[in-house]
Amino acid sequence: MNAQTPMESYETLYARLQAVVARLEAGELPLAETLQLYEQGVQLAAECQRLLDAAELRVRQLQVAEPGLDLLP
Amino acid sequence: MHHALSVSELNNYLRELLETNPLLSDVWVEGEISEFKRHAASGHCYFSIKDAEALLRAVMWRSAASRLPALPRPGEAVLVHGYVSIYPQRGDLQLYADMLLPAGMGILHARFEELKARLESEGFFSLERKRPLPARPRRIGIVTGPQSAALHDMLTVLGRRCPLVEVLVAPCLVQGERAPDSIVAALNSLFQAGVDVIIVARGGGALEDLWSFNDEAVARAVFASPVPVITGVGHETDTTIVDLVADLRAPTPSAAAELVVPELPELAAEVASARARLDAAARASLSLRRDQVAEAARVVERHSPLRRVDRERQQADDLVRRLERSVSAAIQLRGVALAGVAGRLQILSPRATLARGYAVVRRADTGQVLTHPAQAAPATPLAITLRDGELRATVENGEG
Repeated sequence: MNAQTPMESYETLYARLQAVVARLEAGELPLAETLQLYEQGVQLAAECQRLLDAAELRVRQLQVAEPGLDLLP
Repeated sequence: MHHALSVSELNNYLRELLETNPLLSDVWVEGEISEFKRHAASGHCYFSIKDAEALLRAVMWRSAASRLPALPRPGEAVLVHGYVSIYPQRGDLQLYADMLLPAGMGILHARFEELKARLESEGFFSLERKRPLPARPRRIGIVTGPQSAALHDMLTVLGRRCPLVEVLVAPCLVQGERAPDSIVAALNSLFQAGVDVIIVARGGGALEDLWSFNDEAVARAVFASPVPVITGVGHETDTTIVDLVADLRAPTPSAAAELVVPELPELAAEVASARARLDAAARASLSLRRDQVAEAARVVERHSPLRRVDRERQQADDLVRRLERSVSAAIQLRGVALAGVAGRLQILSPRATLARGYAVVRRADTGQVLTHPAQAAPATPLAITLRDGELRATVENGEG
């Protein structure tokens, strides 16, 4: 239960993307920083999209005391 | 037993015995109403239930009686729920009824109605406690029968709609006597594992098959869930108690699965929109900068050395023009001056002197102007210039 789920990874990346967009939209940045932020944002968006494209449903079965309750092979 | 009990002691002992008996403390009795009386002042109801061979006295307090849609008539077949005890003052054994239903609806339905009424009075179904489903669940718990079609359908929907989520399946028995305990155990294992939302799914079927979902322990476990619970029933069948307790009820397990997760395109759309805003912000920033550069260029140009050369060239042209102007002016001026000088020259000219009667004497042979007599020996030819002409003469005598 400690590893990040893909949804958590996505949300983390998306939150960072939002932060980058917000900073760029606020403007008033030096040109070098603008370009750096833009590149960072493009990369984050691509990573988000990659996560969405590559996601595969993870299914786990919990151990339940009841015998004969095997669900997955 | 070494001493006799008082009547009070015996009745109280009996009361305790009856009230702690598991069967008698929560019992359904089927029979026919006889002599039903409602006490006008207190509102409590006193009645008897009988069958062919036996009769049981019963009392129903005003609070329970007030929930009756209509007072039962003598001879009506009923199902009565309550507990059995004795009234010590009179020694009467009676059923303390809290629910009375027509016998025709069957015991299962009667039990359902009784539990529903009780949980409702405890606030289990209150709309204020219904929680919204999480917008972005990460882990989804599923309680359902193992290898069920419902499970297969839900996993298909989740995999198609939002494969970013993790699914924790807690299998349980859905039928039989052990099913309620099994469902409670499955719920507890999900509470422990930590999920964001729980789907309790069941196939449709006869009321008997749904019995586990009308179980009080299951209802209490769902009520105690730390996260929202959504039920998905196989077919649109009778509502179970668990459906009423849950935060949301979906018409099918697939529908429940669809309700708990956002669709992938929604996420892709929000990424695309963030990407578009990113581009727009960068473009805006660059165009702002382009404007700044253009403005700076204009400033630079204003201070450019070329501009200065141009400017100086123009100044030079101006100077030349001014010079030309002043020179020509000077020349004109000089022309005027020349005229003056000419006038003065005129004044100095010998002609003017001649006009006043003077003459100029030159040697006719050499043209030399004579200013001294020694310059001309006797017989030297002379040319004398007068105002209006010339005279020829010869020197007669020399000096002395």
